[in-house]
Amino acid sequence: MAFDTYLLKRADFIFKDEEDWKNILTRTLKLPPNAIINELMSSELKGRGGAGFPTGLKWKLTAEAPGNEKYIICNADEGEPGTFKDREILTLVPHKVLTAMAVCAHVIGAQQGYIYLRGEYKYLVEQLNQAIDEFHTICQSLGCQFTIRIFLGSGAYICGEETALFESMEGKRGEPRNKPPYPTQVGYKNCPTVINNVETLAHAFTIFKYGAKKFYDLGVQYSRGSKLFSVSGDTPKPGIYELELGMSLEDFVNEFGDGDTKAVQVGGASGFLVPRKKFKATAIGYKGKLSGISLPTGGSMMLFNSSRSMYNVLDNYLEFFREESCGQCTPCRVGCQQLYQGIKAVKRGEKPAGYLDKLLKLTETMKLTAKCGLGQSVANSFSSIVENFREEMIY
Amino acid sequence: MNPINDLIKQLTEQHGRKRESLLPILQGVIEQEKYLSEYAMIEIARAMDLPTAEVYGTATFYSFMEHRKAGTYIIRVCKTITCSMKGKNQILQTIEDMLKISLGETTPDGRFSLLQTNCLGWCHKAPAMLINDEVFTDLTPEKVREILKTFLQTTQN
Amino acid sequence: MSTKINININGIALEVDQGKTILEAADQAGIIIPTLCYHKDLCIAGNCRVCVVELIGQKRLSAACATPCEEGMEIRTNSLHVRNSRKHIIELLLSEHRAECTSCYKNGNCELQKLASDYKIVTQDFIPLAQQKKYTIDQFSPSILKDDSKCIRCQRCVRTCAGLQGVNALSVAHKGDRMKITTFFEKAITEVVCTNCGQCINHCPTGALVERNYIEEVWDAISDPELHVVVQTAPAVRVGLGEEMGFPPGERVTGRMVEALKRLGFNSVLDTDFTADLTIIEEGTELLERLKKTLKEKDPSVKLPMATSCSPGWIKYIEHLYSDCLEHLSTCKSPQQMFGALVKTYYAESRSLKPEKIVSVSIMPCTAKKFEAARPEMHASGYTDVDYVLTTRELAIMIKQAGIDFAKLPESSFDRLMGQSSGAGVIFGATGGVMEAALRTVYELVTGREVPFEKLNITPVRGSEGIREACIKIENPQEGWEFLDGVELRCAVAHGLVHAKQLMDQIKAGTSPYHFIEIMACPGGCLGGGGQPIPTNPEIRAKRTEAIYAEDEEMPLRKSHENPEVLLLYKNFLGHPLGKKSHHLLHTSYIERNRY
Repeated sequence: MAFDTYLLKRADFIFKDEEDWKNILTRTLKLPPNAIINELMSSELKGRGGAGFPTGLKWKLTAEAPGNEKYIICNADEGEPGTFKDREILTLVPHKVLTAMAVCAHVIGAQQGYIYLRGEYKYLVEQLNQAIDEFHTICQSLGCQFTIRIFLGSGAYICGEETALFESMEGKRGEPRNKPPYPTQVGYKNCPTVINNVETLAHAFTIFKYGAKKFYDLGVQYSRGSKLFSVSGDTPKPGIYELELGMSLEDFVNEFGDGDTKAVQVGGASGFLVPRKKFKATAIGYKGKLSGISLPTGGSMMLFNSSRSMYNVLDNYLEFFREESCGQCTPCRVGCQQLYQGIKAVKRGEKPAGYLDKLLKLTETMKLTAKCGLGQSVANSFSSIVENFREEMIY
Repeated sequence: MNPINDLIKQLTEQHGRKRESLLPILQGVIEQEKYLSEYAMIEIARAMDLPTAEVYGTATFYSFMEHRKAGTYIIRVCKTITCSMKGKNQILQTIEDMLKISLGETTPDGRFSLLQTNCLGWCHKAPAMLINDEVFTDLTPEKVREILKTFLQTTQN
Repeated sequence: MSTKINININGIALEVDQGKTILEAADQAGIIIPTLCYHKDLCIAGNCRVCVVELIGQKRLSAACATPCEEGMEIRTNSLHVRNSRKHIIELLLSEHRAECTSCYKNGNCELQKLASDYKIVTQDFIPLAQQKKYTIDQFSPSILKDDSKCIRCQRCVRTCAGLQGVNALSVAHKGDRMKITTFFEKAITEVVCTNCGQCINHCPTGALVERNYIEEVWDAISDPELHVVVQTAPAVRVGLGEEMGFPPGERVTGRMVEALKRLGFNSVLDTDFTADLTIIEEGTELLERLKKTLKEKDPSVKLPMATSCSPGWIKYIEHLYSDCLEHLSTCKSPQQMFGALVKTYYAESRSLKPEKIVSVSIMPCTAKKFEAARPEMHASGYTDVDYVLTTRELAIMIKQAGIDFAKLPESSFDRLMGQSSGAGVIFGATGGVMEAALRTVYELVTGREVPFEKLNITPVRGSEGIREACIKIENPQEGWEFLDGVELRCAVAHGLVHAKQLMDQIKAGTSPYHFIEIMACPGGCLGGGGQPIPTNPEIRAKRTEAIYAEDEEMPLRKSHENPEVLLLYKNFLGHPLGKKSHHLLHTSYIERNRY
């Protein structure tokens, strides 16, 4: 081992030890809400969907929000290109998620929980409902009236955005809302709502089971715990891996690359493309005191080897965003179309190479002004690809 | 009465008539009919006391809510980056050749529609496709031919 | 008392009510933040992003229209980030918009054009998108033209159609680059639930939604020496037209308008207020008939409440959405159509003109009137009763084209026949006006006394509340009306179709407590009509309302049944109210329409 700062460390919590969920549920439901919140806060668990909001704080704010009707929603609208871990969690260890939802309901005072499952995973509904039925029986035996229902999406990436998801559940177009107010105050049906990613809830289970310290001891400062990574692209071993946060991208590529890795897309189409020369300086985790660049991620890691054209990659992303933008706000709706057509125009020589700079400025505006995370994050992949592979965009 | 009215009646009884039931009801009709006809949307709007244009606007937001007549089997091939890198175009070509339709079309016998879709969440087993709700992964042209053969045989009977 | 919070905008310390948005606070501080999707009449969307501002300490910009002020907030509305982003956003909107300004009907009154000018968007090198999308213009409607290539997706029309009107003919469909504003299954406007009220036009910032104009047709008619061109002007036009001519809202320009019309070359300049008075006689009589049949003869087939029928947007609304309630509608035609039917009969006879040589033009605050005039049943005279309907805006265009300096015009009076009116006819232009006019007449017919309100001003039915109620007790009626003794005549007034829905739902549920309801499709009544000057907002409509009531108070006659020309019309031509000729010329029937 050349250096030990960002060692790639495998972890193994998520996909095992589900069997004793009934005990964990029974035990945790007996704890006062404050104790549970404190446990989550001291674990420093952050949202695993990509945005990284502290989970304990989210529960705390919702618990404190005024209102008799509150909801806990599990966000299983896993649509980010290159991400497929949530499906696996719901397939293999659904009770962990359900348990964490019930604990959350206990903490915030919710009677009803929902799993917003993307339409692409419809085939999961039957087995998930079986797990839920079983779960309800146990809940009732514990005197807990909390129930969970599945709400099925119908093919719209933007519904993974939490307020768009509420709109969708309310029977409307999945258009993100103006924020503030935030879901902890005004969420589903305008009630205070906790909305957590599937994986976040599974980690919460780990914390309930082993205590905050065990989780906290994994990872590095500001990026505690383990994280599931969905590994795909040019790799000999695509799949789902649980790793401690804070590893360097170089170690990651050494482990998962095919020996010819040219770049890695961290965080899916809305994340960043990191070229080979920056592998060493890039760590995977939340912004903090790590030296060099640190990239948060929902866990999508797509590897590209030297046979891949970065122009084609960007073109594919932009087509995706152009179609999946909800279309309501100007910077995202029109911006995505301009970026998509703009790189084509440069490639075809219809626009000068300098037009790329205009597009880069456009992504800055999108980042500053778009209504939600979708439009704001198109800049990430666009600027990281265009800046690092400018020649490929032109010739 | 049109059988869709019975279906809508049953769905509204099951899910309720509040706005938040709209998606489950639309999905229920699609499950049976594969698409949302003008008639179906008018009747859903009537049953739920919603404006029809709003039902249309909501349905067209969602990629899986077809509003043009679609085949019994809707094939959706993933076109997002990893599937695209791993040979999505060959898969499409294979299906087009076998069914003798182009992307976006439905076979004349109304059995198959061929569409593309965004990331299905099977990037580690790319390329992937859905036929209705069923997932098929690690596709190769040969594998696709085998899959389609089974579908063709079952539907011919 | 609301809680105050302290904020700072561009270095100006400010105390504002908690809950105020940044946009409202800036307004208070005299700072203008540009907007597009924002409209005072509508709910907040926050989607155009033109109003973004910088909040010190935050990475991203915030939409001023949608962000509430918070204690200690430091706001910058003109920072480098803000200016650059705003210009970018305007440029993006222009790239999606078919910006062919010189050939656009809204040229000169387009909010996007103004922004492009204010911010000097001189580089527009984004790829033009509208042209690629191969949009076609929906031009089948006699009232509204919809051109998607000029649409900037601010959704003001959608929020108008849903929030103000409750019609929901327009909706947002699809997503991403395909997202557009459209109708059910993208049908033509003529095929869907659209009431032609034109509120979407009034609220559209660009040329995506405009009225179908008939300016050239009218010029042609005026220029033809063979033709006798008659024009009638609705009451709301005289309190709106001034805005198009550079006057502040609320300026009454009746005399100048009449003079301008004469100078345009119309052969006779007449007044829709005349048939408004006539409507009151017919409709008031009809109401009394219905009351008699219900209260005295206990005839269960007669429907109460009776609803007014002068607003063609309202008529189409009920035909689509409450088609099982059509019998509640008064059978009276609107004043425009009564006028049209009389012009080619009574007027033609009296003036010894051939009806086929008469062209009947009306100036209306309304786009639904264009559709109404085109209804196949509106041929009672044997000809098209009203040939062309122009909005207030179109009249303004004609006046400008004719080189008339409106401000310098002398005042002139309406011609006769059919030019005389009462104050009751004037107030037809405001919500509650028809009700007030009808009550002035009905009460007096029944009791022989004037309505018991100071100066005849029935204030409970006035105002801007969406629904207003009045209850008038009838005591000591005259001979023949004894069955009304002690009856409390219960009335309600609604404006904006979203409020009509509430009254209709009561009727449908059998719980409506009223005898008589007035419904006007547009907010504020006709003075807020879809053909009135743009912009519109609650303050502007309030000014126009004041003007209408001022006009009424100044009229020598205040009651429809005292209009000498109307009395003469009955004496010489119609016979009596609800008579055979009235029935043929002045009354109509309604049809059931599809629900989408």
